[in-house]
Amino acid sequence: MHRFPNWLVLAALALAALAAFAFALTAGSVDIGVAAVARALWAPADDAGAGYAVVRELRLPRATAAFAVGGLLALAGTIMQVLLRNPLADPYVLGLSGGAACGALAALLAGAAALVTPAAFAGALLSTGIVFGLARGSGAWAPTRLLLTGVVVATGWGALIMLILTTAPEAQVRGMLFWLIGDLSGASRGGPGLLALAGVLAVALFFARDATLLARGDITAASLGVSVRGTTLVLHALAAFATAVAVTLAGSVGFVGLVIPHAVRLIIGNDQRWLMPAAVLAGGALLTFADTVARTLVAPAQLPVGVLTAVVGVPLFLWLLRRSAR
Amino acid sequence: MIAETPMLACRGLSLTVPGRTLCRDVAFDVRAGECWVVVGPNGAGKSTLLLTLAGLRLPAAGTVTLDGEEIASLAPRRRAQRLGLLPQDTFDAFPATALEVALGGRHPHVPRWHPESADDVRLAREALGAVGMGDAAMRDVQTLSGGERRRVALAMLLAQDPAVMLLDEPTNHLDVAHEVRSLQLLANLARDRGRAIVMALHDLTLASRHATHVVLMGCDKVEAGAAGELLSAEKLSALYGQALVAVAHPRGTAFLPV
Repeated sequence: MHRFPNWLVLAALALAALAAFAFALTAGSVDIGVAAVARALWAPADDAGAGYAVVRELRLPRATAAFAVGGLLALAGTIMQVLLRNPLADPYVLGLSGGAACGALAALLAGAAALVTPAAFAGALLSTGIVFGLARGSGAWAPTRLLLTGVVVATGWGALIMLILTTAPEAQVRGMLFWLIGDLSGASRGGPGLLALAGVLAVALFFARDATLLARGDITAASLGVSVRGTTLVLHALAAFATAVAVTLAGSVGFVGLVIPHAVRLIIGNDQRWLMPAAVLAGGALLTFADTVARTLVAPAQLPVGVLTAVVGVPLFLWLLRRSAR
Repeated sequence: MIAETPMLACRGLSLTVPGRTLCRDVAFDVRAGECWVVVGPNGAGKSTLLLTLAGLRLPAAGTVTLDGEEIASLAPRRRAQRLGLLPQDTFDAFPATALEVALGGRHPHVPRWHPESADDVRLAREALGAVGMGDAAMRDVQTLSGGERRRVALAMLLAQDPAVMLLDEPTNHLDVAHEVRSLQLLANLARDRGRAIVMALHDLTLASRHATHVVLMGCDKVEAGAAGELLSAEKLSALYGQALVAVAHPRGTAFLPV
């Protein structure tokens, strides 16, 4: 198994993230050069150039939010894949995004646009509570039972979403669809997402070695001194929180949480100490890049970033998969 | 004469699974250098016994002690520094090199936030070498055969290097040569390095070759004691409900079904 050194992969991904940020800050309908962007970032407000407001108040918050959402989804996906011991798991596999979407769509339907964010977060937590409450048997959550419960609950949410979409006035359906596909045009602050990402990553890294062993089976992990029940509980809570924050910020952006952990794993292996930060960087970079393309490709109109993540991600993933099969 | 504290001991052990009692009031002591083999028919509770001895499952009654301390009271990490278990099944759901898997065995010895030391890597490499997987250290375990994966899993336990080793059918999936080599390796660890070994095995001939002690785990009766007293054709025939004859050979005793 030939691999690049792990630190090199991590450094390359960090560079990719920086490049994505540079792209996000310089690209857009207002032409602002690299030098002007740098001045806007570092100079005090009073002697900054013309692009100051655009860079500082529009592009930077949005790029930061995109990075945070991408990182959160990739990290949540990484954790879910380990917990369910299944490379097909993603952050939404337990129905969390469906719950969030129902909350958000219900708020939109009620005409309470200001309540979309709290409603989405509440919906995500409600869905998590339902799934874990129902799947709990004999004191532990068996992956298969959890997965089945999540899939069924997600289907239930799906039906509710369809109901809302079909009964909603036509003028609102477009906004709802954007929310369902995942869209960052409403992101006006990057700080909260980034803070959540840093917190979740720090706690996840604390349990990284335990998570690597959990992937080899509960008994193996327990025999090596991992407190399986406590660790599993914390990791589930982390993944649910990360996903809830991401969905609340940007709607159900697909693909990042499924494909980034898998793709990064093909390059760096399943040692969670490396995989977790690498997935965060890759997911953040991909979503920052994709969101910038989404808002510039058909400017002044904007595409939902969820479409772009799939368009960029699908060929990339298929190429990686073929390469690793050789 | 007061004997030293046994490495692993159980007293008054009763094991139940939903709807069934597997055994009642079992007691035995495992000391350094001993190689215990648990034999018995399918479903008799060999795996449950090993899990209980490993402190990963609470018995219905009775106690298990590790170096005189009740195993349930030990912190998981401290327990894992002294006692290891090779489960019947392990999972290779994700790509990882054989070396990474073997290094996992060092987990209880490496403090949190610390990387594995050069010594840890050396021990993991030696463990892979001991099971004949030294050349496959950088291979992805997902590309290995079932028997090779089983040997990597055994290497993980060897890298953990606990004083008490519990193994649930360690020779699963192994060809006859590796079966013999792996068991010889374990017997040597007990004899030369004072490890205490308890393993479930189905091959009675190999059991008789390496066991110093046995646990006969029947559906209604459990006996534990010296191999010389318990590994007889008569007892084994009764245990399995299958007539067996012992065929003596200078290298050991074979049990043939008749």
